[in-house]
Amino acid sequence: MLIFTFCGSAWLEIYLKTGVFRRIKRVAISVLPISIFFLAWDAYAIAQGHWFFDRAQILGIYGPLNIPLEEYIFFMVIPMAAIFTIEGVTTVKPHWRKDEFGE
Amino acid sequence: MIYSDIAITAFAIAVMADLFLFKTSMLTRPAFWTSYAIILPFQFLTNWWLTSRNIVMYNPDSIMGLRFFSAPAEDVLFGFALVLSVMAFWEFWGRRGIQRH
Repeated sequence: MLIFTFCGSAWLEIYLKTGVFRRIKRVAISVLPISIFFLAWDAYAIAQGHWFFDRAQILGIYGPLNIPLEEYIFFMVIPMAAIFTIEGVTTVKPHWRKDEFGE
Repeated sequence: MIYSDIAITAFAIAVMADLFLFKTSMLTRPAFWTSYAIILPFQFLTNWWLTSRNIVMYNPDSIMGLRFFSAPAEDVLFGFALVLSVMAFWEFWGRRGIQRH
């Protein structure tokens, strides 16, 4: 599912030349502060038992706070897919970028 | 706090941050809504995959019980908050001139 999402959005980088990877610093400072909040929420929800994972269907590798590795990757891949998408949209519709994006 | 409460809170914070804190006003733009319209069906698809196969399971006491395509309705609020906040931050840094192009 993570690979599907990544491939499903990252092709825009090649096909539409969105130049997101080139701006990896901006990606990092956009994604990481948000991911930290969502991972804190994830840790709390796992600790409280709001949601749980089938151990047979995950890699079984756990990161800090008892969060499965897949969740850490999720909070990198999904935000990046969001950035690919909006950059893809504004590449196809550049007039939506004008004024709106201060460009 | 259960999933429902936190999801509503996250949604509200993301909306407030976009409109009043970052003043990025993503919510007023066709670029955001077009992107979200593309993302939402994919969210339903991937969520359906993760929940229908019981890869991720939810405690019935932590959700309202309303489900869309097998996934809790709360996931829509969670996804919206995640996508909006990341796009708003991306836009925020772009306006500050950081790797704009």
